[in-house]
Amino acid sequence: MPPYPAIEAIDLRKSYGELLVLAGVSLTVPPGTVYALLGPNGAGKTTTVRILATLLRPDGGRARVAGHDIVAQRRLVRRAISLTGQFAAIDELQTGAENLRMMGRLRGLSGKDVRRRADALLQQFDLVDAGNRRVGTYSGGMRRRLDLAASLVVPPRVLFLDEPTTGLDPRSRLEMWKVVKTLVGSGVTVLLTTQYLEEADQLSDRIAVLDGGRVTAEGTPAELKRSLADQRLDLTLASDVDPSTVAARLGDRVLQSDPTQRLISLATDGEATHIRNLLDEIDPTRTTIERFALRSASLDDVYLSLTGHAAAPQESTRV
Amino acid sequence: MSELVLHNRERTTEVSAPAALRNAGVMIGRCLRLSRRDIDTMMTSIMLPVILMLLFVYLFGGAIQTGTKYVTYVVPGVLLLCAGFGASLTATSVSRDMTNGIIDRFRSMDIGGASLLAGHVAASALRNLVSSALVFGVAFLIGFRPNAGALDWLAAVALLALFIVAISWFSASIGLLARSPEAASGFGFLVMFLPYPSSAFVPVNTMPGWIQPFARHQPVTPVIETLRGLLLGTPIGNSGWLAIAWCVAILAGSIILSSVLFRLRTR
Repeated sequence: MPPYPAIEAIDLRKSYGELLVLAGVSLTVPPGTVYALLGPNGAGKTTTVRILATLLRPDGGRARVAGHDIVAQRRLVRRAISLTGQFAAIDELQTGAENLRMMGRLRGLSGKDVRRRADALLQQFDLVDAGNRRVGTYSGGMRRRLDLAASLVVPPRVLFLDEPTTGLDPRSRLEMWKVVKTLVGSGVTVLLTTQYLEEADQLSDRIAVLDGGRVTAEGTPAELKRSLADQRLDLTLASDVDPSTVAARLGDRVLQSDPTQRLISLATDGEATHIRNLLDEIDPTRTTIERFALRSASLDDVYLSLTGHAAAPQESTRV
Repeated sequence: MSELVLHNRERTTEVSAPAALRNAGVMIGRCLRLSRRDIDTMMTSIMLPVILMLLFVYLFGGAIQTGTKYVTYVVPGVLLLCAGFGASLTATSVSRDMTNGIIDRFRSMDIGGASLLAGHVAASALRNLVSSALVFGVAFLIGFRPNAGALDWLAAVALLALFIVAISWFSASIGLLARSPEAASGFGFLVMFLPYPSSAFVPVNTMPGWIQPFARHQPVTPVIETLRGLLLGTPIGNSGWLAIAWCVAILAGSIILSSVLFRLRTR
């Protein structure tokens, strides 16, 4: 395993005219790990992937993928990566096997190797029976599997998976997860984007939560859950208190605030000591807080508190 | 330092010719397979030429006086009309690739725009040469009798191929410009109309005066006059050079245009 990170991005920025899409994204992905970019539509996930995969030039910042600069050494990056985008990038009028063989030839494999590799991939992705059928007849799940297989004709060092399960039914999603998990053992580094917290949790070693073109939280799934706690403390402030001054004092620790309801929410692990300390810190004079409520946060609450948006229920459009 | 960076960039962005040729070869195979399996397109590009020829020869032919048997006069025109239309379908297929996500995969695999477009253009050329052969075949059946020698035939086929490649590459540029395959397909109709105000179907001097200058000097007319000359022995004059000049100019312009558009579309 090389000593440098598989992906290292520093302060990536991108705007389309007035629209700021990436406001400085930095991330480091150690080789051989799975890294998830989690966020709602429009958070900048796809833009980040497209920049790292050399399809888009950043306006600012720099990044190295597999040790190569994504702008100056674009060709070297392209030799080391594979990309599976949101839309199945395969020809519907070709069969699954033909698609794989075409990718093999484009990757420079010789005739015999092309055939052998295509057969092995059909086997690995459970598409042997469908291999000689046109892709137009495939189900959504089969297409995604073939699309992923097409990315692996020559095993890449870094694999980008842009929303690999968006739009799939639950069963196909589970199948896709299984496939991605088997990749990890092979030493490839995976950067995947997803709108589903559960997916990031299931597949990745580390997660970056992306929102409004910024990384708003980063860590292992366990760390994220811990830092976000699984409980939240809702404080209702007294009517003579200005909620915004209290919120300003607490800074980043505020998950949500609703000035009209004089409501401020904080994360907690639910331990009595922690809650007592929080209350004492915010309200040493015992006049600021009128009421409090403790409630357990669902996964969706965690997501909501991180991004300020509800987790997408399903289907996405291109970001 | 800056020199070093520059050097590095040049070294890593240079295109390796064997790889580009190999990729173009794979793309030609792909595009041929796709167009063979696209039943609609296949039917259109095979049926349309034949139907049009029968239409002109039997429906309109009796009323049009050209000094020769009308079928003899009209075959080069039909050939060009159909080659042009068939070539214009390149716009749709390029646009489809540009809009459905496969372009991202190809680019991330470091397959240049030139290889991709060359694949589409070469496939279009082969497809349209086949349908042109079919038009010739049917034309023979309904009484088309050219008096051309082997060299004339060779020259005619070469000119037709050059015309098809030029229009195909121009269409590829249109495909890069279009926002959707549907929009791109509209371009085909524009190309299909171009042969009408030319000497393809009726002699130019029977047209209204104001349109004659256009009909005489648009690219289709010299190509048709040259084809007619080669196949039937009518005088070619300077049409031959004009035809080649038009085709080469369109081709060169389109190659430049498409490389600019490809860069803009994939920035």
